[in-house]
Amino acid sequence: MEPYYYTLESLIKIVVVVTVLMLGVAYLTLIERKFLGFLQVRLGPNRVGFWGLLQPIADGIKSFVKEDIIPDNADKTVYVIAPMITFVTAISMFAVIPFGDSFTLFGRNIKLVIADIDIGLLYIFALGTLGEYGVVLGGWASSNKYAVLGSLRAAAQMISYEVALGLILIGTIILAGSLRLTEIVEAQRNGWFILYQPFAFLLYLVASLAEINRTPFDMPESESELACGFNVEYSSMKFALFMIAEYAHLVTVAALTITLFFGGWLGPFLPGPIWFIGKTLVMIFILIWIRGTYPRMRYDHIMKLGWKFLFPAALANVVITALFVALR
Amino acid sequence: MTNYIPVLIIIIFAFLIAALIVGASSILGHKISKKTKLDTYECGMKTIGPTRMKMNIRYYLTAMLFLIFDIEVMFLYPWALVTGNLGMFGFLEMLVFVIILLVGYVYVWKKGALEWE
Repeated sequence: MEPYYYTLESLIKIVVVVTVLMLGVAYLTLIERKFLGFLQVRLGPNRVGFWGLLQPIADGIKSFVKEDIIPDNADKTVYVIAPMITFVTAISMFAVIPFGDSFTLFGRNIKLVIADIDIGLLYIFALGTLGEYGVVLGGWASSNKYAVLGSLRAAAQMISYEVALGLILIGTIILAGSLRLTEIVEAQRNGWFILYQPFAFLLYLVASLAEINRTPFDMPESESELACGFNVEYSSMKFALFMIAEYAHLVTVAALTITLFFGGWLGPFLPGPIWFIGKTLVMIFILIWIRGTYPRMRYDHIMKLGWKFLFPAALANVVITALFVALR
Repeated sequence: MTNYIPVLIIIIFAFLIAALIVGASSILGHKISKKTKLDTYECGMKTIGPTRMKMNIRYYLTAMLFLIFDIEVMFLYPWALVTGNLGMFGFLEMLVFVIILLVGYVYVWKKGALEWE
């Protein structure tokens, strides 16, 4: 009976988390447009419902009834599968992030994390890398010059920053002594890791922005030169899947940032999930704020920043952290 | 091992949602496609030459550098997990590895593999 209950328990958690994530993503698009609007001294969407609150629903319905175009030249199988890969990896990534303490219900100890696996951080890296396939294959299968260029740029940029990203987080792993995200959170009971790793946090912020292709590193899309990049040929919900995946990725990166550097769900008085959601929202606001503030970087500058600054800086951070731990 | 069951479930679950969304949109969507609509999009012009064009050699080079350096970074992960208990010995051992990594990095930089002009 035990495996049965365990499967049922995780199924319930998955349904709840994915539903919250999808709703969050839908409203994140509204929050972002509103916030960007305010940053640019305009109102943002305000016609559909009070304060534009029904805008995400209207967008969703519109996407569903749009014509589903598959170009003649496209590699049709890959063309359909690519947005699904991006979506699946972006959603599945959330599985290892703990969003609260464990509690007891009907004599069962329920942990507020979907999958408490011992290689949590590696799992996130692995899915992040797999997510690139969606972008690259999507651009390639579209058989369009803009899309191919966009996907090539995306591939080169993401893999370049992944090296730095992997290196930056080693400092955190040294301090926590574990790849399991629940243990990384527990290790921050006596002080958030941002106090020990402020430099790594800044590097991580830059690298993860590049990893999820957001401004100032939104080269793969760069509307002004590539007319939207890898997803230029996509329409209707296939296009929307790319968008949902992008925003789900944004939420995951924000949640991962607070898990690694800001103590995750830890906090006084209020229950864990509330702290988790609150901190994640603040982090998301910072990411949107960055988008509203900085212009896009030039491609050669992006690659230069990744290889010539982030990589050595992250390596120095690892060595210094290790030295302090060794001397302790 | 049972910890990995939810991972499998969430991947299947997400895949089902994705399939549902794609399926629903292809059923619900308008179907008024004309032949020209399915052409490759290029700002109103006919596409000249093959759409999957030759790519710059730098992308290939970047991919190779990624393979090398990412594997070297992954070698640091097991060490990072246990270094808290190893003390000075662990640090010095890692320093040897990092210096070897740095030699390769400086070589790649001096060879101009990191330049994009």
